[in-house]
Amino acid sequence: MKKYTYTEKKDTRSGFGAGLHEAGKKNENVVALCADLVGSLKMDAFIKDFPERFTQVGIAEANMIGIAAGMTIGGKIPFTGTFANFSTGRVYDQIRQSVAYSNKNVKICASHAGLTLGEDGATHQILEDIGLMKMLPGMVVINPCDYNQTKAATMAIAEYEGPVYLRFGRPVIPVFTDPDQKFEIGKAWMVNEGTDVTIIATGHMVWKAIEAGEKLAELGIDAEIINIHTIKPLDDEAILKSVKKTGCVVTCEEHNKFGGLGESVARLLTTELPTPQEFVATNDTFGESGTPDQLMSKYGLDAVNIVEAVQKVIGRKK
Amino acid sequence: MKHTIKELEDIASQIRRDIVRMVHGCQSGHPGASLGCADFFTALYFEVLNHKTDFTMEGAGEDLFFLSNGHISPVWYSTLAHAGYFDKSELATFRKLDSRLQGHPTTHEHLPGIRIASGSLGQGLSVAIGAALAKKLNGDKSHIFALLGDGELQEGQNWEAAMFAPFNKVDHLIASIDYNGQQIDGPTSKVLALDSLQAKFEAFGWHVINTDGNDMQAIVEGLHYAKTLTGKGKPILNLMSTQMGAGVDYMMGTHKWHGTAPNDEQLAAALAQLPETLGDY
Repeated sequence: MKKYTYTEKKDTRSGFGAGLHEAGKKNENVVALCADLVGSLKMDAFIKDFPERFTQVGIAEANMIGIAAGMTIGGKIPFTGTFANFSTGRVYDQIRQSVAYSNKNVKICASHAGLTLGEDGATHQILEDIGLMKMLPGMVVINPCDYNQTKAATMAIAEYEGPVYLRFGRPVIPVFTDPDQKFEIGKAWMVNEGTDVTIIATGHMVWKAIEAGEKLAELGIDAEIINIHTIKPLDDEAILKSVKKTGCVVTCEEHNKFGGLGESVARLLTTELPTPQEFVATNDTFGESGTPDQLMSKYGLDAVNIVEAVQKVIGRKK
Repeated sequence: MKHTIKELEDIASQIRRDIVRMVHGCQSGHPGASLGCADFFTALYFEVLNHKTDFTMEGAGEDLFFLSNGHISPVWYSTLAHAGYFDKSELATFRKLDSRLQGHPTTHEHLPGIRIASGSLGQGLSVAIGAALAKKLNGDKSHIFALLGDGELQEGQNWEAAMFAPFNKVDHLIASIDYNGQQIDGPTSKVLALDSLQAKFEAFGWHVINTDGNDMQAIVEGLHYAKTLTGKGKPILNLMSTQMGAGVDYMMGTHKWHGTAPNDEQLAAALAQLPETLGDY
């Protein structure tokens, strides 16, 4: 197992804020909109340097999506910012008609996704957003795994023409990816090469997968770990190549098992290479109040759950 | 004036013929408010709008128009065709398979003149505001026009947008309300009354004007006047009274022709009231 270390912990939303600031410096057409959550979305640096390119819309997410769609007509590249719940479920039809169907170059940037939002509870902890967004024709869906990857992804989507959903989170987590990485939309990252099982993880679950990989190594199981940061378009080639070698797969996501990364992988495998698969994901449930660590543990999204899923799926190999 | 009022009325008559023929041709669509807005569309595209028919999405240096109540697509399609955006023969494909003239307007099929999809109601004002903000950032002082249905104002997003535009001094925006007082289930006064739209928009900080949307002289003058009010810190709201079904006697004054197509006999009766002035498609 390749050794991953970290010297600091940071939140992925700060990676978004830093990436937005960089994208703003690089391209004057980058504009930002926020629905009364500037601090939570870490947009301060962008606003300070480009006040005229920032629009505060107030607590009016539907209007924000519509305004963003309209701004693209004048050549702008709008980044909308609010919590994941209010970025997707609340404004699904606005995104569907004014952004996706109209093929507008809007970047829907969503913080506080999943259980790790914590104490605010289930009203704010969306676990369905990946499914909602990936079902929209033409929508790119990205869920990066740490500060550096989120920053790189934010800069990369500014250069991509078309609608994008970028999902990130609130808690501080290890920073373990390369600060100078080049982010390629739709291209998987090989975290660790192995032979016994393929662990496919996205977002906050990538570090958990690394922790699980270390535990599995102690148990004599050689896990291949792949980071799928882009859930749509899915890197079919990387997944198929790995699964051909290992013969079984565990998918890991901070999302409902219905509609998430795991289902995308299952759809690919069932048509191309039927393979035993286990899902580490929430099981058709809402969340609740608690600390992020407590919630990840209670809802089965810890390294130990990945280890158990791996042992189970290896047992199912023919 | 680029045209006389008589010339504009003749254009509107042809557009009305097209509307009933298009809706009849596919036995679906929304003739009522399309007819009601024929004078507005004629005035806008043939007299008021500073626009080019060699279409670009951005429309730099041009006035832009956004239709929020997308179901009145027949009037827009006919207007765009006669204005020169595409050949009028294409009107025959309305709502048919593989057509660029979808039931509700869309950019998906790349029909010239359309900049956003609409149909699911309540979204157009926000989009128009966004386009206006982008023009401002680009130093482009052109105008943004939008048309909204009155029943559509029951959608909450309109009021988010109505609050935003004055606060942010989006003052090159002229939004018109097709105030015909009808919606699918009946008169708006019975479904969910709009009441005092002027007072509501003024309270939000809009400069409100009133026009008669079925009087060509009045609508041309009203839209020109609206342009003179722009750039003064407030968005402009044109509260435009219209008759649903205007121009076809049996369709007027009722919600029943909101989304119903005429049969052969009804078509003939409608066309008899609408002189062919520019040639049918």
